[in-house]
Amino acid sequence: MKKEGFFNIVGGDFSRSGEASTQLKQILHSMGINNDTIRRASISTFEAEMNVIIYTPAGMLKYEIDDDIIKIIVQDMGPGIEDIDLAMKEGYSTAPDWVREMGWGAGMGLPNMKKNSDEFKIDSVPGEGTTVEMIIYPKKGRE
Amino acid sequence: MKLKKIIEILDAVVLDETRDIDMEINWACATDLMSEVLYYSQKDSILLTGLAKSQAVRTAEIADISVVAFTRGKEPDAETIELAKKKNIVILITPMSLYLASGKLYAEGLECSPVTKD
Amino acid sequence: MKISEVISKLQLTAYTRMPGGEELINNVYVSDLLSDVMANAHEKGIWITLQTHINVVAVAAMKNIPAVIIVNGRKPDDDTLKKATDEGVAILGTDMHAFEAAGILYNMLNG
Repeated sequence: MKKEGFFNIVGGDFSRSGEASTQLKQILHSMGINNDTIRRASISTFEAEMNVIIYTPAGMLKYEIDDDIIKIIVQDMGPGIEDIDLAMKEGYSTAPDWVREMGWGAGMGLPNMKKNSDEFKIDSVPGEGTTVEMIIYPKKGRE
Repeated sequence: MKLKKIIEILDAVVLDETRDIDMEINWACATDLMSEVLYYSQKDSILLTGLAKSQAVRTAEIADISVVAFTRGKEPDAETIELAKKKNIVILITPMSLYLASGKLYAEGLECSPVTKD
Repeated sequence: MKISEVISKLQLTAYTRMPGGEELINNVYVSDLLSDVMANAHEKGIWITLQTHINVVAVAAMKNIPAVIIVNGRKPDDDTLKKATDEGVAILGTDMHAFEAAGILYNMLNG
């Protein structure tokens, strides 16, 4: 069974943050995907969603789910990332204080996406936006 | 450790009294930054945090954490409480600081989420 | 409890020189929210946090906090260390999580 779709993400909307990721999580559950895989997919998606909310005006989360592959693409219209290697470093962050006071901006977002996906690609053009592509191969079995 | 015992140690209030407090909690995670929770936490954990916001509940849901304890007696807003109810997450409110809550649970033998850094 | 005792018990890395190593501390605060520390942390205590940026030093100096322990193996930023040296705030580090570091200190202070 294959499922695909997308969610729009509105930047700055902290009250609805996580909405797209939790909906995706439900879809994965309904398809009977392995729990550990769902957790990994949800964590990577949530971090990507939060980045769109924190740093950009808007973005889109696209997903393609099949029995043997989960593909998540998050594309935004944000400021882009100047130095991707630096941004991938654990603890590196350009977040302003108010973001830290909301519990985010600790410089773990991109490392977390990479850690929880099997394949991770990031492409960014300063002034235009960033696209993150994450692929997760589901484990077999329910647990 | 049984959630019931954690509630006693933390002198905490359970926001929804109908919830099952007999469940087993294996790990604890004490932080206010949500990416750390997503990075290090395990299932069957309790999240201790001073961030009494919906962010904490969202993060718990994504990371399969079933209990969130807000420290220093901070009460979350109605929206956060509603979200927790919908997502089946137990919210505790403890008058203790994050330090005291961590210290007491550690002294009673609750363990930290193991580091799964790779 | 002296800060130097905390360093040896928790096997902390000292990122700055420790002019106040013999200073006595009797309380600990765990928080990653600067506003929370500003409002609620006690003076002359140790602050445990994941935050590594320069504003940590400003908050510690304002609250008379002599030592900050950075957990989870995070490394403080260079400008954080420079300011910490200027302000006389000790920056310490550990690979432990905040929960464990707090737990060990709790046992030291109450054991």
